[in-house]
Amino acid sequence: MYLSLSDRPTTSAGPQRTGGRVSRTVITLGIVSMLTDISSESVSAILPLYLTAVVGLSPVAYGLIDGLYQGVSSLVRIAAGWAADRTDRPQPVALAGYAMSAVARLGLIFAGGFGTISAAISLDRVGKGVRTAPRDAMIAATSDPARLGRSFGVHRALDTIGATLGPLLAFVILWRIADGYDTVLVVSLGFAVLGVATMAFFVPFRTGAVRRDVRRAGPRRTPRAKMRWRAALTPGLTRVTAVSGVLALLTVGDGFVYLALLETGGFAAQWFPVLYVGTNLAYLALAVPMGRLADRVGRVKVLVLGHLPLAAAYLCAASGSGALWTTCAAVLLLGVFYAATDGTLAAVAGRLVPETVRATGIATAQTAVALARLVAATGFGLLWYAVGPRVAMLAVCVVLVAAIPAGLAVLRRFLGSERSGAEIATEVHP
Amino acid sequence: MTRRTAAFGAVVVLVTAGMTAYALSAIAENDRRTSQATDATTTSLAQVEEGPRILFQHTGRDADYGHVGAVALADPGGARALTDLSCDRVYAQAKSVSCLTTERGVVSRYRATDLTTSTPGTEWREVDGIDLPGLPSRTRISPDGKLVSSTVFVNGDSYMVSGFSTRTVVRRIGGASYGDLEKFELVVDGRRVSPVDRNIWGVTFADDDRTFYATVATGGRTYLARGDLSARSLTTIADHVECPSLSPDGTRIAFKEAVEDGTRWAPAVLDLATGRRTVLAGETHSIDDQIEWLDDDTVLYGLEREDEPVSDVWSLDTSASAKPRVLISEAASPAVLR
Repeated sequence: MYLSLSDRPTTSAGPQRTGGRVSRTVITLGIVSMLTDISSESVSAILPLYLTAVVGLSPVAYGLIDGLYQGVSSLVRIAAGWAADRTDRPQPVALAGYAMSAVARLGLIFAGGFGTISAAISLDRVGKGVRTAPRDAMIAATSDPARLGRSFGVHRALDTIGATLGPLLAFVILWRIADGYDTVLVVSLGFAVLGVATMAFFVPFRTGAVRRDVRRAGPRRTPRAKMRWRAALTPGLTRVTAVSGVLALLTVGDGFVYLALLETGGFAAQWFPVLYVGTNLAYLALAVPMGRLADRVGRVKVLVLGHLPLAAAYLCAASGSGALWTTCAAVLLLGVFYAATDGTLAAVAGRLVPETVRATGIATAQTAVALARLVAATGFGLLWYAVGPRVAMLAVCVVLVAAIPAGLAVLRRFLGSERSGAEIATEVHP
Repeated sequence: MTRRTAAFGAVVVLVTAGMTAYALSAIAENDRRTSQATDATTTSLAQVEEGPRILFQHTGRDADYGHVGAVALADPGGARALTDLSCDRVYAQAKSVSCLTTERGVVSRYRATDLTTSTPGTEWREVDGIDLPGLPSRTRISPDGKLVSSTVFVNGDSYMVSGFSTRTVVRRIGGASYGDLEKFELVVDGRRVSPVDRNIWGVTFADDDRTFYATVATGGRTYLARGDLSARSLTTIADHVECPSLSPDGTRIAFKEAVEDGTRWAPAVLDLATGRRTVLAGETHSIDDQIEWLDDDTVLYGLEREDEPVSDVWSLDTSASAKPRVLISEAASPAVLR
């Protein structure tokens, strides 16, 4: 009964088929992400310096905190997605996630020791884990299904603008104020608060909620059937998650690609961080075009084939030519890979489950990919030491190229552009 | 304008005003500080370089903040000579100075520069240097001034992977590099291993231009390892040791030891011949510096004040209950030049 068999949006955010435009809610959510990323990335940029130079943490303590920074968010993501679906209100769950990160910024300003800093950073990452899936569910809910890829592209582009502006802001402050870490933290808190305020004021409480016709019949809500996580595990989502997870196992992490390029002498060590910036810029420039392409030729197709540029980047890193163009190509190709897969995964996952469990479905796919990438990084580290960077890169490249057609074969039923959502839903609950 | 928009506008105005006010006052404070002359008594470098001296990083909140200074060993609390050289980490031995710097930017650049202090009182001359792949952490020079080591934090992957890693390199000043110490053969507890998670930091050199000591971390434990530059090997000889520092007579290692669940580092001394350890319990603050030896019975380290971002160099006798005292105020990264 709660299934959407048509592709018409059925959300309380209203009919937003506004010609070719992306919905206002998606833009607003993009601005929220941009403000929040300015906040978090300005802190990320100074955190190593701040923790070691100002707070005075030793390498091991810094390493522990850095590990926390990376690991915590996966854990809470599915729980938050489930909470968003269970309450049928992604907005307050996402808002709580943004608010947690803002409180964590405040904590960081006053934190002085290992314990308090760990607590603040954990809270920030929990906040990130909490907000991601409900936010993506809202993007899916308020977008024209035919233009879902582009909606996610627009959101991710705005998000990446924030991620690029954040470090820039931190740099300007530290350039003007020699020991301006406190100022960076205060400004970062300010942007976090602006993000939370934008979310609270301009994304309605009911956004993403599933409208039920029964609600009109009476003044009270009809009690819902008990929500189960299993409802999100449709065959479609299971397959896409499995394929994405396996492909993610063959994703070695950008750091390794850059290190391999460094080892083969493509550039001087001090340019190392520029590679991250380059990848980010390529992602920013390509997020919307890739989203549009996905809408036109099929999102699942783009999601799987989007791993080809990744394989090509590995090839560049393995070539060992040391030429500047291989380095530039690798950076660009990584950007293409993220543009083709990051938003697309949420777009695909959100359409493969009934909309009552959309946030859970998105969270499941994202968590599987995140965990698979953690495993991949560890495994690849071992391979790197065993056979050296070039052979290791080449090996992963070969397996990845072989896995892509296999992935396409497993998902062949879902390769059409506009058919996925409705078809799967029908198939699960005829 | 709806009430919602008005409320949002109020939040924006408040937050923006708050951020701007904070930033402006920080800028004003910064400018006041960086134009202010130091309170410390100063003297000329020629004066100090006549005899044994202690080189350090000046940490006074003034125009000379971060600059390398020197005081006479005979009068460490007295007048200091300040140079124009600015470093994040500095160390010196014989006539060589190692200076690690950060050039901050959207993309920060890091550099190790080797200088020489050959003629007293003249400008130090740059003789060698390399670009570093990350944030400066430690540097040491061998007693004869010919070898230099540098440890940096290497930033990890910004998307997924946990990034804690150090890179430690040993070079011959004006000559070849021994490269990354992680590539040396590693023997832990008598077994030859090649763990992926190894990290090596905090080198200290013996006086034979071949032997050195360093921290090796793997599997969540830290070890003291003895290194051999000729054999390109590292062999662990004790555990629970961080940032070793060899005494001038070569018999003892001063280091910091994690206590209270790794939230505090206590200074300690290990006798290499007997393996006997002494935790210097008189110091109750957490030490996060590579300790330096003033003489065979006294250690030095930088320690940040609790109430302000200024470091002082403290000295501590190596008996278990000795009490620390401030040797040079407004200073960090001490290096004793005899």
